[in-house]
Amino acid sequence: MAGKKKVLAKVVKQEQIANGIFDLWLQTDLAKEAASGQFVGVYPRDKSNLLPRPISICEVKKEESILRLVYRVQGEGTKEFSQLEPGEDIWILGILGNGFSKEEGKGKKVLLMGGGIGVPPMLQLAKELEAESTVILGYRNEELFLKKEFEPYGKVLTATEDGSVGIKGNVMNVIEKEQPEADLIYACGPLPMLKAIKEYAAKKNIPAYLSLEERMACGVGACLGCVCKTTKKDHHSHVDNARICTDGPVFLAEDVLI
Amino acid sequence: MRDTTVKIAGVTFKNPVMTGSGTFGSGMEYQEFVDLNQLGAVVTKGVANVAWPGNPTPRVAEVYGGMLNAIGLQNPGIDVFIERDLKFLEQYDTRVIVNVCGKTIEDYIEVVEKLGDTKVDLLEINVSCPNVKEGAIAFGQRCDALEQITREVKKYAKQPVIMKLSPNVTDISEMAKAAEAAGADAISLINTLTAAKIDIYKRKFVLANKTGGMSGPAIKPVAVRMVYQAAQAVKIPIIGMGGIATAEDAIEFMMAGATAVAVGAMNFVNPYATIEVVKGIEEFMESQKIERITDLIGCVQ
Repeated sequence: MAGKKKVLAKVVKQEQIANGIFDLWLQTDLAKEAASGQFVGVYPRDKSNLLPRPISICEVKKEESILRLVYRVQGEGTKEFSQLEPGEDIWILGILGNGFSKEEGKGKKVLLMGGGIGVPPMLQLAKELEAESTVILGYRNEELFLKKEFEPYGKVLTATEDGSVGIKGNVMNVIEKEQPEADLIYACGPLPMLKAIKEYAAKKNIPAYLSLEERMACGVGACLGCVCKTTKKDHHSHVDNARICTDGPVFLAEDVLI
Repeated sequence: MRDTTVKIAGVTFKNPVMTGSGTFGSGMEYQEFVDLNQLGAVVTKGVANVAWPGNPTPRVAEVYGGMLNAIGLQNPGIDVFIERDLKFLEQYDTRVIVNVCGKTIEDYIEVVEKLGDTKVDLLEINVSCPNVKEGAIAFGQRCDALEQITREVKKYAKQPVIMKLSPNVTDISEMAKAAEAAGADAISLINTLTAAKIDIYKRKFVLANKTGGMSGPAIKPVAVRMVYQAAQAVKIPIIGMGGIATAEDAIEFMMAGATAVAVGAMNFVNPYATIEVVKGIEEFMESQKIERITDLIGCVQ
């Protein structure tokens, strides 16, 4: 590990791939260190928006030093990012977070579950895993961003909230209907989805790795802003509060109280 | 060679640049970005007699030109801190200032006594955190309470004592005078300004704690004013802070009367900020032909 850095990355390309969802390709040497489940802090240029925005890594192309970020426009900072043009520079902080544990999935039947803006980080994981993958993706409507890109890596099942494509409802409705076999789950998505997966995994007695999010400031474990209650003593403050930015964002479901 | 050293309570610092408590951990998280040897001092996150879990999340929010936090002083307690954090900091050639928090005077004294046998250079007593219900700011908003805790801590402290003052008071010069009268060796200011942010779509406060402390560049002019007022009121040295991002900001605080300065929230924005301030001060001294940094202290007219 070369350590964390704040560096200028160059915008290679960017396009809107669904309503409010942008696909940003950055060239940076930080790509060489990156793996699935990790994230970068992206800095707005507008100095009234100071803090780096934590955005998960959707895809890594190490040989070309490319980091692909797929994010949703949520506020002022991400709105600014959505206007970035090829050739422009942007400050990023990385590589942050622990990432998914791939070794554990090796040779197993695994479920990759992504909901909404939790879909993008599952793509790099699908690429890295040497497993029999079933991918379950949950969307709001027929805008199934990134779905096709998962297809080379496993069976892809979808749910939409409005029922326009696939099963009506969310990723848990897909599980109920399809009853896929699994030895291990990886998931990223909104909190209610992660809670449901934690409960399901406990019932089935299989391990589940969940990627959590929380409002962050420093991104490097110093400010103690983005903590999550844990079932075990955390190694920083010993108060059962893990830092999502550094101890996570990926946690074993049974280790966190969500 | 220009002289960047400053002195506080008989302790010499290689330069006046420190870290703001709570924004730099104990340095571990920033060693990847910053050579800690180049800092005037590392000021640690607040530590209590026992571990504190802190507040529920969300604990942080962004505001225009700054941020709010309501961490609630999560910390591992003094025993773990001495064993782990102080051991880590001992590897470095920099001064160590430990920020001490507590719910009662006895809590503060317990921590201060345990630090007495360590190599810590100075103690910073946190009587100004706005995010905890008991202790902390309760001691920092009334002159009599501030005097009482300062006296008690001074009785037991083996190291010089800095009282960290709150800006959430009517008259900062009265608070500065109270700390000085009770025996404080130095004061540091400002801690964060109590503030709030509302999510208008959810009709809810953004922070779980409702209110939080505001920091960042947006508060700098308030901090410069308060450091100036405090400097007019007392003779003891002042560590100035509040929104410092650059060497120019740091020099402004020194001209207002600060002997040293701390970089706080800007560490989150620019993890190299402290070192850039150190270098920028040297460049300013060079270009302005200033021999001793101490010549700048309180020089504003």
